[in-house]
Amino acid sequence: MATTASSSQKKANRIGLELQPYRGSKTTLCAGCGHNAISERVIHAFFEMGIEPSRVIKLSGIGCSSKSPAYFLGGAHGFNGVHGRMPSIGTGAVIANQQMIAVGTSGDGDTGAIGIGQFVHLMRRNLPIIYIIEDNGCYGLTKGQFSPTADLGSKLKTGVANDLPPIDTCALAIELGASFVARSFSGDKKQLTAVLKAALSHRGTAMLDVISPCVTFNDHAGSTKSYAYARDHDEPLGEVNLIPYFQEIDVEYDAGSTHSVKMHDGSHLLLKKLEADYDPTDRLEAMRILHETSRRGEFATGVIYVEPDKEDFIELLNLVDEPLSTLPLERVRPTKAALDEIMEELR
Amino acid sequence: MSPTGVAVQDAAAGSSSRQIVNDFNIQVATVNGSGSQTANMVLFRSLFQMGIPVSGKNLFPSNIAGLPTWYTIRASKDGYVARKREIDVLVAMNGETARDDVMGLEPGAAVVYDEPMQLSALRDDVIFYAVPFDKIVAEVCPDAKLRRLVRNMIYDGVLAKLLDVDLAQVEAALNKQLGRKVKALALNQAALKGGYDYAVEHLTKQDPFVLESMGSSGDKILIDGNAAAALGALMAGVTVVAWYPITPSSSLCETLIEYLRKYRVDKETGKATFAVVQAEDEVAAIGMTLGAGWAGARSMTSTSGPGISLMAEFTGLGYYAEVPAVIFDVQRGGPSTGLPTRTAQGDILSTAVLSHGDTKHLMLLPSSMVECYSMAIEAFDLSERFQTPVFVMSDLDLGMNAWMSEPFEYPAEPPDRGKVLDAETLKRLGEWGRYRDVDGDGIAYRSLPGDGMPAYFCRGSGHDADAAYSERADDYEDNLNRLAKKFETARSAVPVPVTEREGEGTVGILAYGTTHWAVLESCDQLAREAALAPTYVRLRAFPFTDELGAFIDRCDRVYVVEQNRDAQMLALMRMEMSPERIAKLRSVLHYGGMPIDARSITDAILAGEGHALAPANGDMPA
Ligand SMILES: Cc1ncc(C[n+]2csc(CCOP(=O)(O)OP(=O)(O)O)c2C)c(N)n1
Ligand code: SF4
Ligand SMILES: [Mg+2]
Repeated sequence: MATTASSSQKKANRIGLELQPYRGSKTTLCAGCGHNAISERVIHAFFEMGIEPSRVIKLSGIGCSSKSPAYFLGGAHGFNGVHGRMPSIGTGAVIANQQMIAVGTSGDGDTGAIGIGQFVHLMRRNLPIIYIIEDNGCYGLTKGQFSPTADLGSKLKTGVANDLPPIDTCALAIELGASFVARSFSGDKKQLTAVLKAALSHRGTAMLDVISPCVTFNDHAGSTKSYAYARDHDEPLGEVNLIPYFQEIDVEYDAGSTHSVKMHDGSHLLLKKLEADYDPTDRLEAMRILHETSRRGEFATGVIYVEPDKEDFIELLNLVDEPLSTLPLERVRPTKAALDEIMEELR
Repeated sequence: MSPTGVAVQDAAAGSSSRQIVNDFNIQVATVNGSGSQTANMVLFRSLFQMGIPVSGKNLFPSNIAGLPTWYTIRASKDGYVARKREIDVLVAMNGETARDDVMGLEPGAAVVYDEPMQLSALRDDVIFYAVPFDKIVAEVCPDAKLRRLVRNMIYDGVLAKLLDVDLAQVEAALNKQLGRKVKALALNQAALKGGYDYAVEHLTKQDPFVLESMGSSGDKILIDGNAAAALGALMAGVTVVAWYPITPSSSLCETLIEYLRKYRVDKETGKATFAVVQAEDEVAAIGMTLGAGWAGARSMTSTSGPGISLMAEFTGLGYYAEVPAVIFDVQRGGPSTGLPTRTAQGDILSTAVLSHGDTKHLMLLPSSMVECYSMAIEAFDLSERFQTPVFVMSDLDLGMNAWMSEPFEYPAEPPDRGKVLDAETLKRLGEWGRYRDVDGDGIAYRSLPGDGMPAYFCRGSGHDADAAYSERADDYEDNLNRLAKKFETARSAVPVPVTEREGEGTVGILAYGTTHWAVLESCDQLAREAALAPTYVRLRAFPFTDELGAFIDRCDRVYVVEQNRDAQMLALMRMEMSPERIAKLRSVLHYGGMPIDARSITDAILAGEGHALAPANGDMPA
């Protein structure tokens, strides 16, 4: 449930805020919906990282999953756009004000079907944004049709089996050049919080595919996106731990069994290796893991791929440091002499 | 022949034939990709420099190389710059079309042609000048590989001589055109001279067409509408541009990029005060534009018909969630891919109400280079003031052809950024809600991400005055009603119509955009041929302002002239006006893809007014 109080609520974070300001309005999604659990993790991750909600912009497309931004960070600006087009709204907003921290939620239909084109190009651009796919293998809001992430053979409640292969959004994102790609499960609080915190430490696109069961339309036997199936087939790549830049590294870790990645903001991402020598900064390795686990009918979770220092879209555009949206007139309107010069050239 | 409107003057002393001075139409028929652009622009610029009112229309195929293309240059001492159908001087360079090109001429026309085509036997009522282009180019351009590039410049030389233009004038134009490209300049100069010398030695002037200097171009400029709009956006302080290439709008953003790189990079840091994104399609382009507008940037996109269709859903979001955006629509022939390289005013109706549900959008209707510039600036102000997408409805003729223009004025006013919440306003209001109509004009205060003011959740789903999700009937109706009120407020903020000709009777003409230039000329034809003096009013925006209704009330009949099949502007008027006013409206329509010409309008109005004159073509009065 999204609104269950936890013991950390009373404590203030490093900027002196309690958990409450990180919450949003009361959820209108079904009780037990995976999306609610994800909202709850977003609330905690932003709280723990001590991010001022007013520095955040929330974005989404259309679907049950796209309603989520209303249920976290009530003090942040939000834009619930049109179906499948969150990437373009996000791109415009982030380049207009690069100082905002952008977080978007989308669905597997919103991203994998109608929005696949914009998704693909967002990944290519490495726009600084946390892009969460709340993946339930179906269209929740239109009552349970298959989505493009539904597995081959997975069954609807009516018994109809899906006859097309799924799109693996993580593999696609890596292929397209995304710089942070993770998969998690809405039921794994600890891992999802850590992955979200890691995403917040990343500069560039952080793409998170979070298995998020739809209790109403896709949680039955025969579905490969049910809670039961997800629990049984979740294959963590290892424990994920994010030591934020503002904290001392006080955990002891063995360099032989733990992989440490220094994130762009100075945080340390510690990944305890379960797979013998899995290196999340190795793109080929990441693709191998994704293909091997999916062949076994499992899904690998954790941070699958990370490239901490890749140039992001803001750098590529060579933008001034201040938000474009509020540049003063003298910096955006050329002088009269400039116009006169242009007129002279045209004579 | 008597191409309409051609003034026949008495021959100058010493010449046995009559002369037609500064009042004829030159057409160059070539193959696209053959490098005729430079030669045509040099010719065009020569006339411009001589102070002769000149207009150029490029008729080109939707293809990169190898298909027929025509460039028409009209000299008009009376200042008419609309297209004229009759061709007086033809330069035939394309064997494929030469026969048709010649057969389409009026008697008395002159033809300069590439000698091997042997056209002179085709007709005996036009004057032929054979020019051996290959032979001349071989003499003036030793490098065989470069000959193709300069071959066309020869006809500029030939025409200079035939039309009695000072060669220095053409050389100056060439210099301006190629200035910095030293090698190309030298080669072209040689070709120009080669053509001129050939004409001096081998051609005897037999036609009446001559050009005479009318002074100078003064401080006038030469520019196309896309570049003019780009300059407007630059001066408006645009910061985010998202676009997807499409003819005929591409050059708008491409020119803008050039200006932004030159004038909007911070001197000290070398960093850009703008972002341009070539999006993956028009859906993404408008999405980015809206995202940036929501975040407080001045943002824009430019496109043409197919892109407008794709932008429909997002435009509805912009309207309903109240997000500023500026969209330039450089119209071309539709529906579907239609005629990508031909002009039209065919997106008027669909754009006015673009998207599902009840929507209405602000549209600005530029007619000239100055308006492409000033309305671009105005569009940004209106979109932020009314927090809504604003469309600037240009067209191919305006956007891609070069036009003479008065120079542009530096904006006198700072931008109008609209109602953006600040601490003072918040204090005054006490309580703020994103969509509360506190001023009674339908326009609410918005806050921007990162500005420290209260946040809101922007959405295209049902919402109440505080931007909270709502499916309540009263919230929905209140919102739609306020949006309608906002549109009413806009009615008194958009550019008013201009009375271009104050007439005498009770006949009116209404037009907009590029149609204007043909209507001006048509007014003179109507006066000359039928002593008709209609009052001509030019529309400049949607929503319609009160002046339009008042004008119709003054008339018995109003001819609405436009370049589409379905009388789209008239249809919009029908949506808003009383039956009495609607009953007065007549349509004059033109939609072949070529810019509208005065003759078509004149014939249609004469027929409509009961003057016995059958329309010469398919343009019908309704
Ligand atoms: C253009 C358009 N087409 C169709 C719809 C209907 N629609 C709303 S949500 C949705 C699918 C949502 O699925 P998903 O993105 O997986 O989100 P979920 O509800 O499963 O979280 C569809 C098809 C729409 N809103 N807009
Ligand atoms: S229908 Fe499914 S996805 Fe939508 S809220 Fe209910 S459980 Fe969640
Ligand atoms: Mg879904």
